[in-house]
Amino acid sequence: MTGVLSDRREAVVDALRTVLDPELDESIVDLNFVTSSTVDGAHAEVRLRLPTYFCSPNFAYLMVADAYDAARSVPGVESASIVLEDHFASDAINSGVAAGAGFVGSFPDEAGSELDDLRRNFQRKAHVAAMERACRRLLADGWTIESLPHARLADLPAGAERERLLRRRADVDLPLDPGCLVLVGDDGAPVAPDDALLRLRFARAVRVSIDGNAHFCRGLLATRYPGSAAEEVSR
Amino acid sequence: MYTKDGEKYFIVDSHIHLWDGRAQNQKNIHGKQFIDCFFDYHTNLSPDEVKWGYDEYCYYGPDRLMRDIFDEGYADHAIFQTTMLKDFFHTMFSQSDQAWELTQKNPERLTYNHSFDPRFGEEGLDWLRADAEKFGLRGVKLYTAEWNGQSRGYKLSDPWARRYLEECLALGIKNIHVHKGPTLKPLDRDAFDVHDVDAVASDYLDLNFIVEHCGLPRLEDFCWIATQESNVYGGLSVVMPFIHTRPRYFAQVIGELLYWIGEDKITFASDYALWTPKWLIERFVDFQIPEDMTDYAPITTDQKKKILGLNAAKLYDIDVPPELAIKIPEEAETGVAVGASS
Repeated sequence: MTGVLSDRREAVVDALRTVLDPELDESIVDLNFVTSSTVDGAHAEVRLRLPTYFCSPNFAYLMVADAYDAARSVPGVESASIVLEDHFASDAINSGVAAGAGFVGSFPDEAGSELDDLRRNFQRKAHVAAMERACRRLLADGWTIESLPHARLADLPAGAERERLLRRRADVDLPLDPGCLVLVGDDGAPVAPDDALLRLRFARAVRVSIDGNAHFCRGLLATRYPGSAAEEVSR
Repeated sequence: MYTKDGEKYFIVDSHIHLWDGRAQNQKNIHGKQFIDCFFDYHTNLSPDEVKWGYDEYCYYGPDRLMRDIFDEGYADHAIFQTTMLKDFFHTMFSQSDQAWELTQKNPERLTYNHSFDPRFGEEGLDWLRADAEKFGLRGVKLYTAEWNGQSRGYKLSDPWARRYLEECLALGIKNIHVHKGPTLKPLDRDAFDVHDVDAVASDYLDLNFIVEHCGLPRLEDFCWIATQESNVYGGLSVVMPFIHTRPRYFAQVIGELLYWIGEDKITFASDYALWTPKWLIERFVDFQIPEDMTDYAPITTDQKKKILGLNAAKLYDIDVPPELAIKIPEEAETGVAVGASS
C-alpha cells in the first residue's frame, strides 16, 4: 500500500508541474511555490507559498484553483485540499477553491467577473515571449529580419524553443500545423515584412518583462523563506 | 554631484521616503506585512556591505536620511514622495511633518511632494488646494492600489480622479508620479495595468506622468504607452538595484527603455530607504551594456548624465550649474530615440 501511495504522491507532483504561474509563465514546482504535497488514502493535500504577502490575489487564486484541478486529475485521488500559506487573502482563496465557489464567489464584494480574461491576457503574453525566443533561434540559424515573416513552424529545429512555442500556441488556440508561420500577430495573422522589426522588438520587451518579473519573484521568495532558493530552469 | 574619470554628474534622486514602519505606528497586520515586504526587497537586492538591520530599517529619522542622500549619496537635490497608507498606519507610512520640516530647512536641496486620494471627493479637493498652498506643491505621488475603507484601489481615468487632475493643472502641480502595485479592486483585472495612465496622459498634455518602477512588471505595456505620449516618463525606482543582483537583466531593461522611450524620459531614483543611493549611483556610472548584447547600443556618458539628474531637473525647474550641463554638439539635436542600429 505504501508503494501505491508514494506512486500517487509522485503523480500529484507531476500533475502540479503543469500548473503555471500565469504572470511568470513557469511551473509552480520549478518556482518552489509548493512547500509540501502529501497523499493520505484517496486524499491529497498540497501547500503553496508565494514571494510576498501582497502578491496579487487574482493570480494566487488561479494557481490554487489550477493546483486543485491538477491534484484531482490524478487517478486514485478522490478529494484534494490546497492550502495557500502566509497571504493576506489566504482564507478567502482557500475556502473559495475548496467550496468550488469560483472567483466571484470567493470575493463577492471585490470581484466583478471570473478570471478568464485575465488568464487569456497572460497566455497571450506568454505566447508572444515564446515566439520571440523562437525567432531569436531562427536569427541565430541564419534567418534575417526580412525573411523572418516567411519562417514556418517546420523551420524551427527540435528543441526547447520549439516545444515551448507549440505549447503556448495551443494555449491561445493557434494551430500547430508545420506550415503555420512563426512570427504572427496576436490573432495569428501574418506580419508584413515592414512591420517585422517592430513586432519582434515588442515581443522582446514582453520577454524581458516576464523574465525580469520571474527574477524578482525568485529572489523575494528566497529572502522570505531562507533556504528555498530554487534551481533556475533555463528560460 | 558625483565625479568619476573627470566627468561630473549632477544628481537628482527623484524618489525618497522618510517613513515610520515601527510596530507602534502599525494599525494592523497589513502594516507589519508592508514594512516586512519592503525589508525583504531591501535585503534581497542590496549588496551585503550596505544592508541595514531590521529595527533601523523600520525607522531611521531625518539625520540619517540627510547623511545617506547628501553627505554620502552624492545628491544635489532629492524629492520626497509621499506614501499615505492610512488604512495600515496610524500617522501614515510617510512622515509628512518631518519631511516638510526638513524641506523647509533645506529648500535648495529638497522638494516635497504630497499625495491625494480622489475617493475623498469634494472634501479631498479642499485638502489638495490647502496642501498646494502650504507646501508649494510641484508634484504629487499617487498610489492607485491604496486601500480606502471598502475600496481597494482606483484608476486615474475614474471621473473623480480626473477632477483632481484638473485641479492639479489649475494649481500648477505639473508632475504626477504614479505607483502601480497590487490592488484588490477590481480584483478580476490586472492591478499593474498601466492603461489608465495612457487614457489621462493624452487628455492632460500639460501634466507630466512619471510612472514609477517603469511599469514593472508590465514593462512592455509601459513602453508602448510611453512611445505614444509625449508626457509620460519612466522612474527607475526599484529598477536600479538590479544593477547589482541581475546586471544582465538591468542591461536589458535600460536597453528597452532607451529604445522605446529615449534618454530624455528616464529619471533616476533610489526609492530610499528601500535602497541607499551611494552604491546605485557609483554602479550606474560604471555600468555598460555587455558587449554580447548586440540588441542594444552602448549607453553613453551623456545619457547617464540625463538619467541621473538632468531630466528630473528639467521637470522640477532645478538650476543646474553650467559646468554640469551637457554640451550640445552644434550639428546635432539630441533627443532622437537611441536604439540599436538595425
